[in-house]
Amino acid sequence: MLNASARKRGVPLIAMWSVLVPLLNLFVHWRIFIFLRDSALHPVVYAILAILWGVGGVYLIYWSLNWVIEQYSNTWRRRIQPFLFIGPAIGLLGWLLLIPTIRTLVMSFQDENSDKFVGLANYVAVFTNRILLTALRNNLLWVVFGATACIVLGLLIAVLADRSSFERLAKVIIFMPMAISMVAAGVIWKFIYYYQPGDDQIGLLNAIVVSFGGEPQAWTTMTQPWNNLFLIAILIWMQTGFAMVILSAALKGVPEEILEAARMDGAGEFRIFFRIIIPFIATTLLSVTTTIIVFTLKIFDVVMVMTGGQYDTEVVATQFYRQFFMFQNNGYGSTLAIVLLIAVIPVIVFNLRQMRRQGEI
Amino acid sequence: MKRRTRRIGSKSIVNITLAIICLIWLVPTVGLLVSSFRPASDILKSGWWTVVPHRGNLTKEQIQLPKDTDLQQQIEVKGTLYTDEQLRAGIKAPDGSRLIWENRRARLINVQEPGWTMSKNFTLDNYEGVLTGKTYELKQPDGSVKKEKGSDLSRAFLNTLVVSIPATLIPILIATFAAYAFAWLKFPLRKTLFVIVIMLLVVPLQVALIPISKDYAALGLNGEFLGIWIAHAGFGLPLATYFMYSYISQLPKDLFESAFMDGATNFTIFTRLIVPLAVPSIASISIFQFLWVWNDYLVSLIFLGGQEDVQVLSMKIANLAGSRGDAWHLLTAASFISMLMPLAVFFGLQRYFVRGLMGGSVKG
Repeated sequence: MLNASARKRGVPLIAMWSVLVPLLNLFVHWRIFIFLRDSALHPVVYAILAILWGVGGVYLIYWSLNWVIEQYSNTWRRRIQPFLFIGPAIGLLGWLLLIPTIRTLVMSFQDENSDKFVGLANYVAVFTNRILLTALRNNLLWVVFGATACIVLGLLIAVLADRSSFERLAKVIIFMPMAISMVAAGVIWKFIYYYQPGDDQIGLLNAIVVSFGGEPQAWTTMTQPWNNLFLIAILIWMQTGFAMVILSAALKGVPEEILEAARMDGAGEFRIFFRIIIPFIATTLLSVTTTIIVFTLKIFDVVMVMTGGQYDTEVVATQFYRQFFMFQNNGYGSTLAIVLLIAVIPVIVFNLRQMRRQGEI
Repeated sequence: MKRRTRRIGSKSIVNITLAIICLIWLVPTVGLLVSSFRPASDILKSGWWTVVPHRGNLTKEQIQLPKDTDLQQQIEVKGTLYTDEQLRAGIKAPDGSRLIWENRRARLINVQEPGWTMSKNFTLDNYEGVLTGKTYELKQPDGSVKKEKGSDLSRAFLNTLVVSIPATLIPILIATFAAYAFAWLKFPLRKTLFVIVIMLLVVPLQVALIPISKDYAALGLNGEFLGIWIAHAGFGLPLATYFMYSYISQLPKDLFESAFMDGATNFTIFTRLIVPLAVPSIASISIFQFLWVWNDYLVSLIFLGGQEDVQVLSMKIANLAGSRGDAWHLLTAASFISMLMPLAVFFGLQRYFVRGLMGGSVKG
């Protein structure tokens, strides 16, 4: 059949292509990289070239390697082609996520220069050092207050929106902060919390406080650890929309007949909500909660922009950054990263279970 | 009938509550937007909400007291005696007007009357200063003029595009290939590899950053666009693969069988059949990945750094917020520029955006 032509070309030729094409790819792309790195092009020209190369280059790699594989006999093609399709993905995942995770785990048992093993010393430090403990405590605050508020508010707004006359508009407004960066959100809220002495306040929160006769406060630096709550408010502002959109979709899935039947039996709205609606959307509620918790555990940008981790607002991710990139302490840095990883392991297990149940794996 | 009125009553309570919540949600962004159009001196002098007409005190005339007026003594203004304290806080004169110091040291007093007022000064100077990096003149609250250097955001904007476009398209392309293989091709370890992809979905980036930055240092990729494309591609892959898999694996089997009958190879099936069919899914996940990269701060902070020629918007703004936290005229305009792209995507492609986000929320 088809492979007849392939067989005719002969094994040596195919072998040559199999070696030559990958090498050619490597060479061409390396040359382009060096050229772009060292040339002093106008930024716009550079940008266009870079985009063309970045996108076109990857496709050409697939295309050329596939061309080589199509020269093979049918049996070999069927064996090798899947690896062309998943190869780059597995390669990148292995290099950038899987192997680094193992390397980080090893480093967490080594000293600051990753020279010799120190056993559990880094872990002991993380759970005894005051600054590192503060980071852990703050992460806990973020998860407890931030995630809870997002879910409760998200659910409340979803229920309200469902019964209101402007559902779409309300959803757009609540959801919009999700689109913007945490850095921009940080600036927005820094402006709201802005403090200057005296009665003329340009920060909204202090202006409100002053208009009620209160004393203006430096919100993000005052009474620790409660200043963390003002940073957490930013997360709530950003993530409630996410919880709302997903919970709202789940709410609409509750069959109307069940609700009507309950109303006929004289059940009040609150009773219906807690006894019927909540159990009905429990799975969605759980998955939204895990998602927001994972997001909250890794919180970084907001803290960096708002306080830079000062005034006892440090969290694990900011400490990680500081330990590794400023103090060059691989040991502490890795250990903090592993602490984050351990915190999300239940979520990983949960995800795998969900997928097994859906028959995807 | 009774039941119906109760329903209407509760509906208006719902509407009002929701409206208040929406207002709270909207106000922060509005404040930023309004401020970005106000002159620098105004931003520091009065709150942005003063652009809304409100009851305030309008200065009708000014009274210049003798320069040697003793502030320790009672001060005579228009025949009535006041203390310095009263004039500082503002005090009602017998004719109903309000007296308050305009400039205590110059002994200048404002005579004010209540009335409707609003702050009406708007300018594009902030955007000009932020976009061109040119030096421009700033009017200080005391009337003097200060020269200040803007901050060149146009380069950062361009850099963000250069980072975002390949860092979106590369992982999506790779992930779509992989998703096709996971869904429809047979190969050893298929299940194991897929479980690994699922496990990597929520792994925090932090566990990978230290080893990768060591590798990058060895390869000379730190501070290079190529480096950050690869990093974003790797971090975006688990999600993109999973997202594309859930679509591609749902396609009907007959589709592939008839294509194979016609002698199509996997590669042509993929490029001619699967990709066109999957366009809506590709769009959703691309939008999610694009915004993720556009808004990213951590990855660019570590792999790209703050060099002027590669710096992205989020880095630039975070630095500005750190070094010039009071320069609200620059910060507000810069933040708004960085928000333009996400907001355009949000309002323009809302359906894809929401779908991508719902599928993509688990990203590590």
